[in-house]
Amino acid sequence: MFRQATARLLSRSAAASPKARPFSTDLESAPAADQAFVDAWKKVAPNMDPPKTPLSFMKPRPPTPSSIPSKLIVNFSLPYASELSGKEVDMVIVPATTGQMGILPGHVPTIAELKPGLMTVHEGNDVQKYFVSSGFALVHANSFADIIAVEAVPVDRIDPTLVQKGLAEFTQKLNSASTELEKAEAQIGLDVHSALSSALSG
Amino acid sequence: MSSTAAVPFWRAAGMTYISYSNICANLVRNCLKEPHKSEAISREKVHFSLSKWVDGKPEKPNCHVYKLSCF
Repeated sequence: MFRQATARLLSRSAAASPKARPFSTDLESAPAADQAFVDAWKKVAPNMDPPKTPLSFMKPRPPTPSSIPSKLIVNFSLPYASELSGKEVDMVIVPATTGQMGILPGHVPTIAELKPGLMTVHEGNDVQKYFVSSGFALVHANSFADIIAVEAVPVDRIDPTLVQKGLAEFTQKLNSASTELEKAEAQIGLDVHSALSSALSG
Repeated sequence: MSSTAAVPFWRAAGMTYISYSNICANLVRNCLKEPHKSEAISREKVHFSLSKWVDGKPEKPNCHVYKLSCF
């Protein structure tokens, strides 16, 4: 009964091992317009351009190059603003939950959860410093990095006196917290404020 | 929770990722220098009016101001 099962399993693993599931960056970009629709539109309204779909406004990303490119392309988005859009930089260091993570051109594709901390963007000798509250960093195989955060501010906009005040407040709250939820909230406050103060000092 | 894998402390306390990240963002906003602080806080405000319907007619609407982090 299981005679063929092993064979099938083996052939499957053999087929899967040389090339795992392709990344989205390896796939061809979808055509922006449906040709049949464009033809039908031209017949009905020859003087008007066919309506554009969101897809036609999106620039397709280049395929994964065979050699490691010299620059990393960063998109850094917030809910209300696009801080960096398609910017070519040398390196980005993001505060991942597993520790500070440096992203260089040709980095392996990764998704990293961010914790409150300092994010630096290196471009030659120029270093931009942001404080991110939390978010995700998505690194693609073609040296594109998409970083999303709920709130991010340049470090020089942080008020050190408010950070010290918050640090003291949440240390006291953590000691007086009774329920599990209050304790977690105080712990988050402590984490954010200690990350803020270390970002200011470092 | 179905998973027995290690979870962050805020998840163990029953918080969701949305509420965790909103709390973090709010704390960061509160630590900004003045012109930026009020700007960032006002950006997060949501206004809406709520009115109950009684006998097929809406009652007097009352206006609410919510901060996004309340959710």
